[in-house]
Amino acid sequence: MVTVDAALPTEPYAHDADDVLVVAGRRYTSRLIMGTGGAASLESLEHALVASGTQLTTVAMRRYAPGDGISLFDVITRNGIEVLPNTAGCFTAREAVLTAELAREALETNLVKLEVIADDRTLLPDPIELVDATARLVASGFDVMAYTNDDPIIARRLEQAGAAAVMPLGAPIGTGLGILNPHNIAAIAANAEVPVIIDAGIGTASDAALAMELGCDGVLLATAVTRAERPAVMARAFRSAVEGGRLALQGGRIPRRHEALASSPVEGRPDL
Amino acid sequence: MIAHDSPPNAEQRVLLNGEEHRTHAPSLLELVSDYTQTPLSDDGRTADGSALGIAVAVDGAVAPRGRWASTPVRDGTVVEVLTAKKGG
Repeated sequence: MVTVDAALPTEPYAHDADDVLVVAGRRYTSRLIMGTGGAASLESLEHALVASGTQLTTVAMRRYAPGDGISLFDVITRNGIEVLPNTAGCFTAREAVLTAELAREALETNLVKLEVIADDRTLLPDPIELVDATARLVASGFDVMAYTNDDPIIARRLEQAGAAAVMPLGAPIGTGLGILNPHNIAAIAANAEVPVIIDAGIGTASDAALAMELGCDGVLLATAVTRAERPAVMARAFRSAVEGGRLALQGGRIPRRHEALASSPVEGRPDL
Repeated sequence: MIAHDSPPNAEQRVLLNGEEHRTHAPSLLELVSDYTQTPLSDDGRTADGSALGIAVAVDGAVAPRGRWASTPVRDGTVVEVLTAKKGG
């Protein structure tokens, strides 16, 4: 008769309630950070955010338009989710710093997802401006989550400049190509003393699970959910993937082997 | 009492979120209040004390809400009124 191990955890993290993501002293039990870009409507976005279980969600700072209806800020905060303003669309440290200051004024948070991109075509981070902006914002009292390339040395520079989290891309924004350089992502995660959160390029659940298995502390994604056929279903998939990847890291994967290894014992095999 | 370069009710032309906007607002507080159609206290907050979720830049610098009431609106001022939109 098969018996179920009574000690089997019945829900993720049941074995370790202290396994939380900590960014600049803020504690999150969810390691999935959501973006809101690309959502078809506030209604579908809200369903997706709730399904994802996220506790932190990005917004962009853009011009107010007279007659703007129910605000995105309300939709996010009424679900108990913290807002994470970004500096999307900034090309220089000067623009990014001003945008972060405006976000702090509007949303009353000193947390910022810092983006300083090099151009509109690649949308890749400009590392020189990024490190400069990080240092300036840290000096002004911001908790900076820096969106960066998958370069371990730039990640180290950002940490030295005082970044609260380093957020390397898996692939360019919006591509859904997954993690193009897993070796670099693993190196960044292994060396950083601040949280490493994969940001951009995630296409589907397995990409998010891989990021966590590589040692990342969290996953930030938007397009993969907001432009999915069924955003709320995909959001639930990512929630499971991030939890699964985290548990797989903690569980400790088996080493890869080049030859088969029988899992059933040789001893006791009958002569037939 | 706020000092004005022009009489309080003179029409001013400002560049508001990229468009020319004619206003009689004596200060940034009235301009923002008119634009967002929300009554604001002198501290730039709504009646219930909330922050309205917007930020204002004047001529490329942050104008904290606490200073809106003491910031006069002058001809040619460039004003950006920002809020949180979908992104990232």
